Amino acid sequence: MSEMKKIATRESYGNALAELSAQYPDLVVLDADLAAATKTGIFKKACPERFFDCGIAEANMMGVAAGLAAAGKKVFASSFAMFAAGRAFEVVRNSIGYPHLNVKIGATHAGISVGEDGATHQCCEDIALMRSIPGMVVINPSDDTEARAAVKAALDYNGPVYLRFGRLAAPVFNDPASYRFEMGKGVTLREGKDLTIIATGLMAWEALQAAVVLAREGISARVLNIHTIKPLDEALVCKAAAETGKILTVEEHSVIGGLGSAVCEAVSGKAPCVVKRIGVNDCFGCSGPAPELLRRFGLTAEHIIEAARHLAR
Amino acid sequence: MDAKLKKDLQKTACRIRMGVIEGTFHAKSGHPGGSLSIAEDLAVLYWKEMNIDPQNPSWEDRDRLVLSKGHCAPALYAALAERGYFPADELKKLRHTGAMLQGHPDMKHIPGVDMSTGSLGQGVSAACGMALAAKISGKDYRTYTILGDGEIEEGQVWEAAMFASHYQLDNLCAIVDNNGLQIDGPVAEVMSPYPIPEKFAAFGWHVITADAHDLEQLEAAFAEARTVKGKPTVIVQKSVKGKGVSFMENQVGWHGTAPNAEQYETAMAELKAALAALEAE
Repeated sequence: MSEMKKIATRESYGNALAELSAQYPDLVVLDADLAAATKTGIFKKACPERFFDCGIAEANMMGVAAGLAAAGKKVFASSFAMFAAGRAFEVVRNSIGYPHLNVKIGATHAGISVGEDGATHQCCEDIALMRSIPGMVVINPSDDTEARAAVKAALDYNGPVYLRFGRLAAPVFNDPASYRFEMGKGVTLREGKDLTIIATGLMAWEALQAAVVLAREGISARVLNIHTIKPLDEALVCKAAAETGKILTVEEHSVIGGLGSAVCEAVSGKAPCVVKRIGVNDCFGCSGPAPELLRRFGLTAEHIIEAARHLAR
Repeated sequence: MDAKLKKDLQKTACRIRMGVIEGTFHAKSGHPGGSLSIAEDLAVLYWKEMNIDPQNPSWEDRDRLVLSKGHCAPALYAALAERGYFPADELKKLRHTGAMLQGHPDMKHIPGVDMSTGSLGQGVSAACGMALAAKISGKDYRTYTILGDGEIEEGQVWEAAMFASHYQLDNLCAIVDNNGLQIDGPVAEVMSPYPIPEKFAAFGWHVITADAHDLEQLEAAFAEARTVKGKPTVIVQKSVKGKGVSFMENQVGWHGTAPNAEQYETAMAELKAALAALEAE
């Protein structure tokens, strides 16, 4: 597996926007002085007349995005997750969510894998925040293939979408030739009967790795990749709950309000079962290289294996 | 402005004020003070200045109005009803459960409302987006937005002010309604936004000052705004909060209080008398 190609999903985001620019003449991209980091700079280079830098003013950017959408444009507004979902939350809620405008929020640098910039820039609350807005679709792609497909799917959808991208280069494990993205549908990466590992984003590949090791130990783990956290694929999740009886959720996000919470909300009513949540445990991140931080905060295949062993017992 | 147009707009402004009183009385809540101070603006915009079609509220080439000070929805609703976007009876259901007219403007359900607003400081950003969309598409529609003088205490307003100037949105015209009062008291005492014209000028806007209740000054201001190229225009207008209802004028308490039955009768009697006087002239 060492030869696997690795691409940060923020790169996928910028590349997809640029590639789709000709096909979508109404596409307009906004950024808040982070185009080099969010990779919307790739779109800017391809299509400068439809790129607008809003400067370091995320609240206004979200409002401008709302106005552009109200006037018929398909808008992507981009910043780091911390500022797109955090700082601008109330503008997203009232100017985009309430009127259900056709704005896509491209939020990069999500989670603790931001690395050295530390806690102020490591947003582990964005899924919780965005998921709480009525009508907001929340997508957290797992690799380059899925991220590119998600950008196109978001463009083809009429309404607000929050897309979460990472800074860290991630293994490309979905085959671009055969992969089909369906908004709101989970992907079964591996069948299994003893428990189900439900993962999202960067953690999907870790979960798949963990399942391989668990299989050698005689533990049959089903693995679901949930790229769309809202609307959640409740049918797939509840089927897994009913068939395997135990669920382990994994996300690079707070254990409060994210994928784990969404899964609990779904199964508690329809298919009650034991759910163990792996995520950032109600704490702030810290500075350090991303791979070290992922280990420190318990977000690796090894941690998933350990938790799955306990759960399967 | 010819005499007939002036008389018509005066009567229209008076009817808008009656709609404000009607709506807030039946709602038993709402914001009459700041609604009454923008009646002339709405009369000039919807009956003279703006290129609109009430039969086709989502016409893509229409001029747009974003009521950034969204709590003054009673005035906007009264104007839209008077202009024929929806029946005036709706005003009596303002803020009622299940009614079309929400406490703050709702673009999804109310014909003629161009943007959902209510959280202060946000509408002006959306207006910038609409103006930018026109530039991108090569359309010549204009976008108007009305802000409160208390509202401009929000930092987002100045982010938007920077943006509009940076992208030379000369198809954008903002109105700052300087009635001098906000919920907690005079704006000068709560958190002074003064001097307002100088602030916008420093942000690169063309600034016009006007009397908010002088129709000819407003007409001239909007006409001047159309001639300005390369920068957005702001009309900073001195207004009287509660204008047209004697006991509400310049009273901070009428920012967000509805008239009771007795006050409703008094206010309507005053406005009806004013309208009758205009019609008798």
